[in-house]
Amino acid sequence: MNRILIVAEHAGGKLNAAVAKCVSCAASMADAEITIAVLAADGASVAQAAAAIAGVARVLLVDHPANEPALAAVLAPQVARLAEGHSHVFGPSTTFGKDLMPRVAALLDAPQVSDVMSVESAQRFRRPVYAGNAIVTVEAAAGRPIVATVRVASYQPAATAGSAAIEAVSLDIPLPTHTRFVSVTAARTDRPDLQTASRVVSGGRALGSAENFALIQRLADRIGAAIGASRAAVDAGYAPNELQVGQTGKIIAPELYIAIGISGAIQHLTGIKDARTIVAINKDAEAPIFEVADYGLVGDLFTLIPDLEKLL
Amino acid sequence: MRTILVGIKRVIDYNVRVRVRPDGSGVVTDGVKMSINPFDEIALEEALRIRERGEADEVVAISLGPDDTQQQLRTALAMGADRAILVRTDPGVEPPVVARAMQKLVERESPIIVILGKQAIDDDCNQVGQMLAAFWDRPQATCASKIEIKGQTARVTREVDAGLETIEVDLPAVFTTDLRLNEPRYVKLPDIMKAKKKPLDVTDLAAIGVEATQRLKVLKYEPPPQRQKGVMVRDAAELVAALRQKGLV
Ligand SMILES: Cc1cc2nc3c(=O)[nH]c(=O)nc-3n(C[C@H](O)[C@H](O)[C@H](O)COP(=O)(O)OP(=O)(O)OC[C@H]3O[C@@H](n4cnc5c(N)ncnc54)[C@H](O)[C@@H]3O)c2cc1C
Ligand SMILES: Nc1ncnc2c1ncn2[C@@H]1O[C@H](COP(=O)(O)O)[C@@H](O)[C@H]1O
Repeated sequence: MNRILIVAEHAGGKLNAAVAKCVSCAASMADAEITIAVLAADGASVAQAAAAIAGVARVLLVDHPANEPALAAVLAPQVARLAEGHSHVFGPSTTFGKDLMPRVAALLDAPQVSDVMSVESAQRFRRPVYAGNAIVTVEAAAGRPIVATVRVASYQPAATAGSAAIEAVSLDIPLPTHTRFVSVTAARTDRPDLQTASRVVSGGRALGSAENFALIQRLADRIGAAIGASRAAVDAGYAPNELQVGQTGKIIAPELYIAIGISGAIQHLTGIKDARTIVAINKDAEAPIFEVADYGLVGDLFTLIPDLEKLL
Repeated sequence: MRTILVGIKRVIDYNVRVRVRPDGSGVVTDGVKMSINPFDEIALEEALRIRERGEADEVVAISLGPDDTQQQLRTALAMGADRAILVRTDPGVEPPVVARAMQKLVERESPIIVILGKQAIDDDCNQVGQMLAAFWDRPQATCASKIEIKGQTARVTREVDAGLETIEVDLPAVFTTDLRLNEPRYVKLPDIMKAKKKPLDVTDLAAIGVEATQRLKVLKYEPPPQRQKGVMVRDAAELVAALRQKGLV
């Protein structure tokens, strides 16, 4: 029996969509018994959402005022305690999971497999390295827990059909006070979320200014798409950091990805490999983005975006 | 002495198109340009700025790797680090081992801050900083895009999925860098000459009392599946027609 503990990411009383993808990853292991850990200030609604994911055997709910907003240093000792008796501890490969899981692994004296893209066995996993230029198969030594982050773009969310038991747990362990939350800038919520959207329109350096980047926004709104950006566009201040797509930004898997004025550097491409259909618009016919595009259109974005708007 | 430790990893330069060896035993490294991990350059730049503001006294570049890593440490010294420490290892030591070794150096140097990159662009693990913070039982602030030192505490703005998060941590603490924290300075020729005289200690894992345990065996490397190059369309109308036909818009 492989007993897998999944750490739930949540905010504002809502379970993050990445959790159901972690469940799919865990369920792809033979003999998996899946537990979700919800650490929250008042996590009843999150626990209920977690309990409804198909394939989940039980939900552990740890309510504690220190648990929200989430701080890795505060959550890690609690997760490490909950991990007792489990063979695997999974978290999503989001900024939440990336921050937390290695701290948990260290407390468990366990290795971490980052960005799992497929489970070959309870001990064997595949993951990308070198900005996705290579895929490695790694095997963890037997006899100790394995911590992993799940590359969410590689998995479909598990269905919502289950009704797992919810168990309230109180952990009697000291929590550190050396780390304190100050603030978070909330992203706009009136647009589809970049990480889960089925369509994404992304802009690059070629947009030239934050004002011009509004062209990307208009086109995205026209087709109900989320907005993305290259690193160059974010560095230049045309788009906020949370919109960066790529090796060191968000890894996404939309049905449709439209890259406009983006050259297609390897660090960018690694973030869009799993997109179903890629469209590239670039004035340079030699741009590397065309090597991976399903549809390529050579031309000036400042005339092509208005053209597209008229047609859509 | 208020010391800042900075992690410097030797990696294949980010401009190199990395290729898997035909036998699947690794990636091609012969004749390939090696550099400081880009996130570590940002870490070093930040440490230098903190020192230049008078909020620290010395910056020590630390690395685990083969002998050749001295090249990257010399570059770090030329950028402005005061001294460097190389813990000699085979390439490919795992993040928990790196973090354990750094913990030993932390015990020796008693730094006020350790700054690492958020990820090494070879293994793409994003683990060492968080593991070190856990072993040391100190705060971590990962993916930093702004660091302000305020006496015994620091305020760090972090790049997170939702946007920007600000946290406050007590020092000493571990920070990891994101891309927009700063733009690293260029090395000037006279500094390269000066760097040759700066101290670079070489030690090894056994000497600092850390075992090179291997808990994740890499069984094989494979090239990623390639996407097929698609078709070129002539104009916006043709593009929209194609997308409509596939039901994508
Ligand atoms: C450690 C590291 C991590 C990185 N991580 C990421 C990451 O996560 N994501 C990421 O995106 N990048 C990342 N990068 C940066 C990456 O290497 C590239 O520099 C970046 O992606 C380039 O962005 P761009 O395509 O917008 O700009 P450019 O490469 O400058 O491309 C602009 C393109 O626009 C085209 N163009 C110009 N004018 C027009 C016009 N009027 N109409 C149409 N087309 C036009 C040009 O032909 C060109 O192809 C990383 C780099 C490093 C070193
Ligand atoms: N061998 C190493 N030597 C020095 N620093 C390292 C080494 N490995 C990792 N680091 C540091 O840890 C960061 C994160 O690495 P990783 O967890 O491997 O992605 C890097 O950006 C470096 O700052």
